[in-house]
Formats: sequence, C-alpha cells, structure tokens
Amino acid sequence: MVPELGNFALILALCLALLLSTLPMAGAYTGNTLWMSLSRSLSAGMWVFMVLSFGCLAYAFLHDDFTVAYVARNSNSFLPSYYKFTAVWGGHEGSLLLWVLILATWTYAVSLFSRNLPLDILARVLGVMGIVSVGFLLFMLLTSNPFDRLLLSPPQDGSDLNPLLQDFGLIVHPPFLYMGYVGFSVAFAFAIAALLTGRLDAAWARWTRPWTNAAWAFLTIGIALGSWWAYYELGWGGWWFWDPTENVAFMPWLVGTALIHSLAVTEKRGIFKSWTVLLAIAAFSLSLLGAFIVRSGVLTSVHAFAVDPKRGTVLLILLLTVIGSSLFLYALRAPTVKGSASYTSTSREVFLLINNIILVVTTAAVLLGTLFPLIHEAIYGEANRVSVGPPYFNTLFIPLMALLAVFLGMATFSRWKKTSVAYLKQQLWKIAVASIALGIVLPLLLTSDVNISAMVALLLAFWIVFGIVRDVLAKTANKNSFFKGLKSLGLSYSGMQIAHLGMAVIILGVSLTSQYSVEKDVLMAPGDSLTIGRYEFVFEGSVKEPGPNYEADVGTLRVLKNGAQYLTMHPEKRRYYARGDFQTEADINVGLFRDLFTALGDPREAGAWVVRIHVKPFVFWIWMGAFLMAMGGVVAITDRRYRKRKELAAGVRSEAGASATLVTEA
Amino acid sequence: MTKFFLLFVLTCSLPGQAWAAIEVHEFDSPEQEARFRHLIDEMRCPMCLNANLSGSDAPIAADLRHEIADQIAEGRSDEEIIAFMTSRYGDFILYRPPLNSATFFLWFGPALLLLAGFFVVRRMLRQSRAATTESALSADESNKLHAILDSDSDTKK
Amino acid sequence: MNKRVKLFIPVAFFLAMLGLLFFGLGRDPNQVPSALINRPLPEFSLPSLDVEAPQITKADLMGGIFIVNVWATWCPPCHIEHPYLLEISKREKDISFVGVNYKDSVKEARQFLAEKGDPFKLNIVDSDGRFGIDLGVAGAPETFVVDANGTIRYRHVGVIDNRIWAETFAPLIAKIK
Repeated sequence: MVPELGNFALILALCLALLLSTLPMAGAYTGNTLWMSLSRSLSAGMWVFMVLSFGCLAYAFLHDDFTVAYVARNSNSFLPSYYKFTAVWGGHEGSLLLWVLILATWTYAVSLFSRNLPLDILARVLGVMGIVSVGFLLFMLLTSNPFDRLLLSPPQDGSDLNPLLQDFGLIVHPPFLYMGYVGFSVAFAFAIAALLTGRLDAAWARWTRPWTNAAWAFLTIGIALGSWWAYYELGWGGWWFWDPTENVAFMPWLVGTALIHSLAVTEKRGIFKSWTVLLAIAAFSLSLLGAFIVRSGVLTSVHAFAVDPKRGTVLLILLLTVIGSSLFLYALRAPTVKGSASYTSTSREVFLLINNIILVVTTAAVLLGTLFPLIHEAIYGEANRVSVGPPYFNTLFIPLMALLAVFLGMATFSRWKKTSVAYLKQQLWKIAVASIALGIVLPLLLTSDVNISAMVALLLAFWIVFGIVRDVLAKTANKNSFFKGLKSLGLSYSGMQIAHLGMAVIILGVSLTSQYSVEKDVLMAPGDSLTIGRYEFVFEGSVKEPGPNYEADVGTLRVLKNGAQYLTMHPEKRRYYARGDFQTEADINVGLFRDLFTALGDPREAGAWVVRIHVKPFVFWIWMGAFLMAMGGVVAITDRRYRKRKELAAGVRSEAGASATLVTEA
Repeated sequence: MTKFFLLFVLTCSLPGQAWAAIEVHEFDSPEQEARFRHLIDEMRCPMCLNANLSGSDAPIAADLRHEIADQIAEGRSDEEIIAFMTSRYGDFILYRPPLNSATFFLWFGPALLLLAGFFVVRRMLRQSRAATTESALSADESNKLHAILDSDSDTKK
Repeated sequence: MNKRVKLFIPVAFFLAMLGLLFFGLGRDPNQVPSALINRPLPEFSLPSLDVEAPQITKADLMGGIFIVNVWATWCPPCHIEHPYLLEISKREKDISFVGVNYKDSVKEARQFLAEKGDPFKLNIVDSDGRFGIDLGVAGAPETFVVDANGTIRYRHVGVIDNRIWAETFAPLIAKIK
C-alpha cells in the first residue's frame, strides 16, 4: 500500500511539474499575473509530493518490504536501521529519487527566497526548473521506478546493501553532492530566463550569485566527503583516482568555480555577459552529463550503477532536449555586443578572465581525458583500446593549478578597471621573496633532502597566504583595532579570502602528502614491530568479533611515539554474511599534521597478517582546505542578504548611482 | 542477457577489486621498490572496472604484480617490462597513454587551448584600450539596475 | 567570423559529444581487447593434465584450426560453459579443443573432467598463470581461435554457449578455412 502511495505521489509530482513548466511560462508571455504567480504554489506542491514519495520509499526500507524490487536489491533485515534509511539512496532508482527530491527542494527554495524577484522572471526561472523536473520524473517513472513490485515471488530477505556503502560517509556524501549538482540548475534556470527575456544584465548576475555560491559550496563539501570516504573506507590510502565518476563531479565544480568569478565581473562591471551565461549553462550541463555517465555505463568506472542501455538512451534524449535546446537558445539570443568597459592588462577583470581561462582549460582537459577512450575507440576500433588514468590527469592538472595559484596571488591586489603594473610590483615583491625563500628553506630544514615538487608547492601556498595576510592587514590598517577592521571588511570579501586560503591549504595537503608519505606493506607476526620516523607500530595479533551483519577479524596495533606508548589501533577485515563480501576497514588516526593509517591484508599462518601501515603527513589538510573553500562560499552568501538590508537603510543616501554601489565592494 | 549475467559473475568474484591489495614483495634496494610501486601504480588491472594494479585485489592483478616484481628482480628495465605488458595486454594496460599520432591531441590539446585563451585575452585588451567609454554600465543600464535593486529592497520587510 | 556564428560553437560541440556518447551506448566498455590478435600463439612447454602424458608444446597443437579454452574449476562461469563446450566439441569434429587449466588444482580438475566429461583433446596445466599472462588473459573463461599457422585470430571473454558459437565462432572458422 505504502509503495503505491509513493508511486502515486511521484505521478502527482509529475503532473504539477508539467503545470509548472507550462502555465507560468505562458503567463509570462501573455502577461497573465495569475498564471505567473501560480509558479510558487506549484513549486511548493511538487516539493510536498516529492517528500511524500521519498518518505514512502524510506518507509518500505525501514519495514523490510522486500516485495519492492529496489528494497530487495539494496537492503536486508539484518541491516542496522540507520543503514536501512540511507540504503534508500544506495542504488540507481533511489538515488534518482533523491536527485529529483533535491531538484524540487531547490525549486521550492527559489520560490521562497526570491520574493523580491520581478514576477515574470520568477515565473520563467521556476518554469525552467519545472521542465528539468518533468524530464527527470519521466525518466524515473519510465525506466527506473523505485516502487516496482516483485509480486510473483518476493524474496524472504533482501540481498543487502553493498558493504562499501554501509558507512557514515555514504550517509552524507550523496545528499551533499546532489545538492551541489542539482543546485546549479538554479543558475541555469536564471540564465535561460535571462536569455528568454533578453535581460542579461548586472541585476541578473546579482540574483544568480548567492544561488551559485550555495550550490558550489555544497558540491565542494560533497566532493570532499566522497574523497574522504574513498580514503578511509576503501583502505587503499589514496583519496582521488580520476575515475570517470570523480571526474564528472569535478567538472561542474571547476566550471562552477569559473562561474562564481565571472559572475563577479558581470555584476560589478557589466561585461563578459555572454561568457557568464554560457558558464551557467555549462555548469548544469556538466552535472547532467555526470548523471548520464554514471547511470548509463558508457564508461568503465568503479562506482557506476548497474548498466542498462535503455536508461542510457532515455537519459541521452533528456540531455539532448535540455542542454541542446538551451545551447541553441544561447546561440540565438546571447548578446554579441562587447561590453564597452575599459580595463588595463593588470586590472581585476583581466585576472578573473585568466582565472576563467585556466579553469575552463582544466575542465576541458578532464573532459578530454575522461572521454578519450571513447573517442579513440570511435576512430581506431575496439581492438586498440586505450586507458587514460591518474598519470595523464596529474601531468596536466598540477601545472594548470600551479599557474592558477600564481595568478591568484597577484589578483588579490588588483583593482577593477585599472591597476598599474608598478603598484602590483610594489605590493608583490616582498611576498614573492618571502614565499620563495620559505618554500626552499623549509623542506631543506625539515627533511634535509631536495624535493623540487614540495618546494614549488610550498612556495605557491605561501605566495597565496602571504598575499591574503598582506591584503587583510592593509585593508584593516586604518581602523582603530584589528578586529574592528576585520568587521569592516564585509562578508563577501572575507568569504573570498577564506576560500582562497582553502586553496592554499589544499595545495599544502596534496603536495606534502604525495611527496612525504611513507607507505609500507609488511608481514607481521604477533610481537613484530615496524618503525617509521618517530612512530613504532607493534602488531599484537588479531581476534574474531561478530558485528550486526558481518564477522570481523580485528587486529591490534600498538603505536609508540618516540619510544613511549602513544595509542592503539584496530584495523578490521570484515566478512558480510548476506553477500559473502570481504571488506577492509582501515583504522586511521587523524591528526592535524599526519594521519596514521593501518589496514589488514590477508591472514597468514601462526596469527601473522599482512599489514598496511602508512604515515601520511598533512593529508587532513586536503579536506580542511575543501571545508574552508565551502565556508568561504557560505560566508559570501550571508553577505548578500546583509548588504541588501543595509542598502535599504542607506536608501537614497547613496546618490552616486548604481555603478558606485556596485564597485564599492572589493 | 547472457553477456550481462556473465559480466555479473565475472565481476562478482572480485568484490575486493576496489581496494587495497596488501601484500609483501622483497626487493634488493629501495630504488627497485620505488620502481615497482611506480609501475604498479601506472598500470591498469585488466579485469577490473577501473583500478590500477596496486589498488586491486583481483587475482590477475596479483599475478601481474608478481610478474613485475620478478622481472625487476631479474634486472629488466622499466621499458622492457612495459613492452612485455603491452605486447600481452595492449596499450589498454597503461594508464599513461603513450604519445603517438592518435594521442597527440590528448596530450597537447589542453595546452593549445590555453594558448588560444591567452590570445583571446590579448585581443580583448587591445579592444579595451581602443574603447573610450569609462563607465562599465551605460547610464540607461545603471538606472535600470538601480530601479530593480531598489524595488527589491522595498518589497523586503 | 560573424559573431553570431561563433555563438553556435558550444551547441555544435555539444552535439558532437552527444554523438560520441550515443556511439558509446552501443558498446561494452568492460570488454578488454586482446593485443594478440593476428599474432602467433606464444611458445610454451607445460605439463599435461592427463596422468601419463608428456610435456605439451606449441608444436603438439599445430595441424589445423584449434580452440584454446582457458578454464578452472574455481570459476563459476566455467561450470556454466562446460556442457556447451562438450556439446560443441562433439559436433565440430574437425576442430580440436585445447584446454588451459588455469591456476587450478590438478586433482580437482581431473575429477571435474572425469565426472562431467572432457571436451578437450589436450589439456595444458598452467598452475602459476604464467602462460595465462602470455596469452593476455584477465580471468577465466577465455577462449582463443587459432588457425593452422598457429596465429591467434579471435579472442572471446566469458562463457561460450550455442548462440555465441553460432553467431561468432562458426562464421569466423568458416572464413579461416
């Protein structure tokens, strides 16, 4: 009964989405205010039915309703109930339901928080989101209905959730990721609405910015959680493999990052409009491409869902409709008039343009590398298949990011319109000297060997950090106290600097981990020990312990630091009853400056095990940096609302005109 | 259908394929061990969905790791080992596609694009220098913007 | 170039990519190609699974088209494939079937064939999987078609059944003849 209710709610949501995609849009063209204002209630209604539908599926999972095919495939009565709940999005159909629920949530959020939008714009924005919802709801109902029943012979018990997914990381990773992916649909909808009305102006850029920031922050966290999950759950000690699934999440992030920067230019200076609107379309298009690649099985990937060509075809049609028509609209309607603004070669406009170019080239490289096996096969046939993996991506990605970091440090001091080269030089030379000196000396002092990669990375990180510090100090210098000065900086500026700091932190984390990690796989009998740097690992043996739906071999490793007892670690090797799968549960001691990583390999005779022991310096900084970046995005959003109220208070006082208010912000 | 089923059976025998291949190899020198790690990091496990030899539990990955370790111990060079592997598994086994006419665009396409991007910047700068207008927004535009933004604020409580 | 025309670049690029993805849908990305097609079968000298037979070398196989089937008792799909192989080998008298018993226990392999029937004319024991690596094998079952000159002409990954035999192997063998 409940699954039928869920199915029914899904169909009702589709009906409302159909109305949402037609009525308000028609209203906007005929000037029918009633039809336009219906968009709000339709969005709310669609959201309510999606929540209901999602709740029904969750109910089926929690009550072990194995007559539902999807539940039978992805759950098991022994599964702890919190995993039963998260198993809702553990497979293709349910994760698609989550996708659409989140799309409905963003749509509803736009209708709630855009009370100040002109009604005809709001109607078009919500209408576009309605169209996308129709597409995905149809896709779900036609090819991937999570409520399909197994009425003939329902199994006694479900075949269990993939053990890899029985983990806290998975509880939060997909929702965040989808919030990011789908969140770009808002910027996309604003772009389409602007193209439709021809009002592609600074106001459009201003409305788009907070939504883009929000989606981008979610995506940042989502990707970071995914990488963190791979790091501690897969037990291989790595955190990024450039798998197609990772790449398709990373590409919208790269373009989203470019979009955030380009929106700043369009809002403040009214230029690069066509480019910005293209980025807004591209960010969401890449999200859709990601959905296609992960769900069609077109590329070989570790994390892909079960392959079904029919799904792929329907998704391809969806892609063609949504992306094809919006890019066609773009070709027809995007403004061709160049902005008449003037700027010099070292102005902020140009630095942001360079940022965009580097980020877009990076995206292109990732896209090319991801699709290249397919391109190669299309040209040379399947007998000569090639692989493109981490060595390729790292070779291209690292220099591009280094270049980005160099320009980021310079851009910190640039101003709109005009920045003289002499001024930049004067601001930057001390920072350059200091960062080069520290970058070279620090690794020599601490490790006593010459490691060029580490030096360059340290140098770039210092380059960014010193730039931020100098700029903040300069901007707060006139205030009575430093903290008063900090307050006066504005949250948008602070957000930017926090995010840039995050980039420096990630550079440090990535480079120091990859350069200085010590990784050992050793055969250890009880009592054996291994010394890495200051740490000594003593293997004490293993015992068998039952879990709720698995049995585990739990190893014990005593860790001594500088010869003194420091901590005890318990890596596990689990065997899940339902599927018979083995699963390595690494034990990781997380620290600010190093992670100690232990995992069990295979048992050998006399209680010995093959044990993996890694000491990974600064690895935590990767996720810390990502968190800082996301925080920067969030802080910048809070600024926008705050500022709007202040503007109201300031009222007519700012007579200087719109451009003045627009340029005041750093 | 058979194909799908088969794929399932084939792959279900490697639940561990996505994670750690934890095992011990003995080498004469740290250089040899570093070469071994580098090779197994850059080679693909032929039966896995997308994992390198070092990150796979699949039996064939273990066999190939042993093969590589043995060849290193026998004193074979990296080039010889790579040739040995590609003659059996094709370029498919290399995660670093070799540079040839087919992969030229893969390796140099992004650099060319970057170059094109910087030419665009240069051209835009020239155009901007030619432009005389000082204001970013036209007077009409900024009035409109102001009106819109003000009306936004008014509707707020 | 006309400015408006330039704006069509993204949609053109996208449509090209869509075409590529459509091409991608029709294929199986997990099928690994063999580098040994049209190359000679590697030389080897390995023990036979038959109790008293001498070592087998490549020369023992030559003299007509033959099928090399890599199998093992630990491989569930091989159990599915086995009855089909029995049936096909009985039908196709002029083609010899050669087994490569891949990383298996000799005892269990013998028992398996004794119980369920032996489709193979010869059975090569590849206990450490080295010959498998020479063949570019990723797992079992895998099947190679080798012509009278000892050149590998085709490789099939996965189970062979009557349909696959009729659709891919039979026409290929007819062509080689």
